[in-house]
Amino acid sequence: MASGTAPAPRLPGLSAAGSFGRAALTVLPFLTLAALWQAGSTVLPPYLLPPVTEILGRAATILTTGELLGEVLATVARTLGGLAGAFLLGGLLAALMGRSRLTARLLSPLLTFLQGIPALSWVVFAVIWFRGTEVRIFFIMLVTTLPAFTFQLLDAYRSIPRDLAEMVASFRPRRWQMFSRLVWPAVLPGILTAWKVNLGNASRVVVVAELVGATGGVGYELLQQQQLFDMAGAMAWTLQLVLFVLLVQWAISAIEAAAFRYRAVSERAL
Amino acid sequence: MPEVFDQAPPARQAGPAEIRFEGVSKWYGGSRESGFLAVDAVDLEVRRGELVALLGKTGCGKSTLFNMIAGLQAPSAGTLRVQGHDPFRDFAALRGHISIVFQNDRLLPWRNALDNAAFGLEMMDVPKAERHAKARHWLARLGLHGHEADYPHALSGGMRQRVAIARAFATEAPIMLCDEPFSALDEITASRLRGEFSELVRETGRTAVFITHSIGEALEIGSRIVVLQRPARIAYEATMAGAGEAERTQIRARIRETLAL
Repeated sequence: MASGTAPAPRLPGLSAAGSFGRAALTVLPFLTLAALWQAGSTVLPPYLLPPVTEILGRAATILTTGELLGEVLATVARTLGGLAGAFLLGGLLAALMGRSRLTARLLSPLLTFLQGIPALSWVVFAVIWFRGTEVRIFFIMLVTTLPAFTFQLLDAYRSIPRDLAEMVASFRPRRWQMFSRLVWPAVLPGILTAWKVNLGNASRVVVVAELVGATGGVGYELLQQQQLFDMAGAMAWTLQLVLFVLLVQWAISAIEAAAFRYRAVSERAL
Repeated sequence: MPEVFDQAPPARQAGPAEIRFEGVSKWYGGSRESGFLAVDAVDLEVRRGELVALLGKTGCGKSTLFNMIAGLQAPSAGTLRVQGHDPFRDFAALRGHISIVFQNDRLLPWRNALDNAAFGLEMMDVPKAERHAKARHWLARLGLHGHEADYPHALSGGMRQRVAIARAFATEAPIMLCDEPFSALDEITASRLRGEFSELVRETGRTAVFITHSIGEALEIGSRIVVLQRPARIAYEATMAGAGEAERTQIRARIRETLAL
């Protein structure tokens, strides 16, 4: 007699998708968009819709030309530097707010206020307040991503299960042991999520900052393409930034996959 | 013949008690009169090698007593000493002296069974090879050989609680506190674990305080049973060592009677 075990439930549309199928599903929308763009470029002038091949060619040139690649790397360094600064300062503020309700009550409204100020206003303030380009951009990156980092890290800290904290405390750990064995592993998922979210915001803000207050970087190059009405160039420089965001997101996902192997995976979620 | 008391007995043996409560009270908010009184003037001694079952209904303050012994809460009044130390104020002095088995397993989800079992030893700075050897030994003693590399999500509730018990035994702490450690398990698993647990406690000569709301569990495990009434106040106490079937039946009846009050 045949076994009565029912097959595992599968989500509609993904039943036959293996890793190849999933990769194809990811690429397909982009291929479709590129094909439509390419078709549009045959009927519209190049300053509106340049051919995909030209955009990709220009993007490749940027990546393979030392001077142009340097501009991309400058933007990458500014983005990561600003995020790192905001992360460290946000971590410190989150730790203070997590340990003291009074500090949390004092700082929360201030951070919410900062969050409400548009990035472009910060650019104007930075141009007026500071002289050096790098200082201006670092300040803008820091101040625009700090509130989100602080709130996300505070939330991760407050989400540490109380029963686990009691269990660890029952072994009478030193402060460092408490941090390294409980707090850090417990907040790590929140930290990585915060980086992913803030990376997207930072990549947009850095371009605006460079557009207004810098003489180099992707934002500055975009301004040059706009003045030349060079749509292919603008698209090629934009692609550099997208590529950077995708690379960092991929790196974070790889860290997550390695660090969170312990997590249970529900068959329903596959 | 067991000694049966209607009230807390005087100290019956010479020598230092491992745990000593002297007029310990605990209240939350305000004062004894205006706040919520959870523990009311408890006098209790737990001597070396005893397995004391603290028995009481839900909400009678058992867990507050437990948390005070563990040093997680301070008494509002009275004196509590564990091996001569105030467990709350001299918190660090008792490192390695107390191990706890909680109601739920409280395993760290990012650690496998071996690293969870070795966790207490790690807090005591025991070298990795040594702590892993001890953790492996205790996991094997508790029937988890072959599961060392498994993460908590891959283990059943009973297996996870075994890892938690292994974690407590591995530290070789002389005092073991257990807060209804089998109440979340099915009766068959709980019964099997209870037997293994009390055998291990006796075999290793630990002093143990076992909190429970089950009369059967208290009778099965305790070498002494202390019955608490709300707010945690000792209402009845019985020594089980050497008790025959008739005495056990009598004690069971007295406990039922006390808890019904």
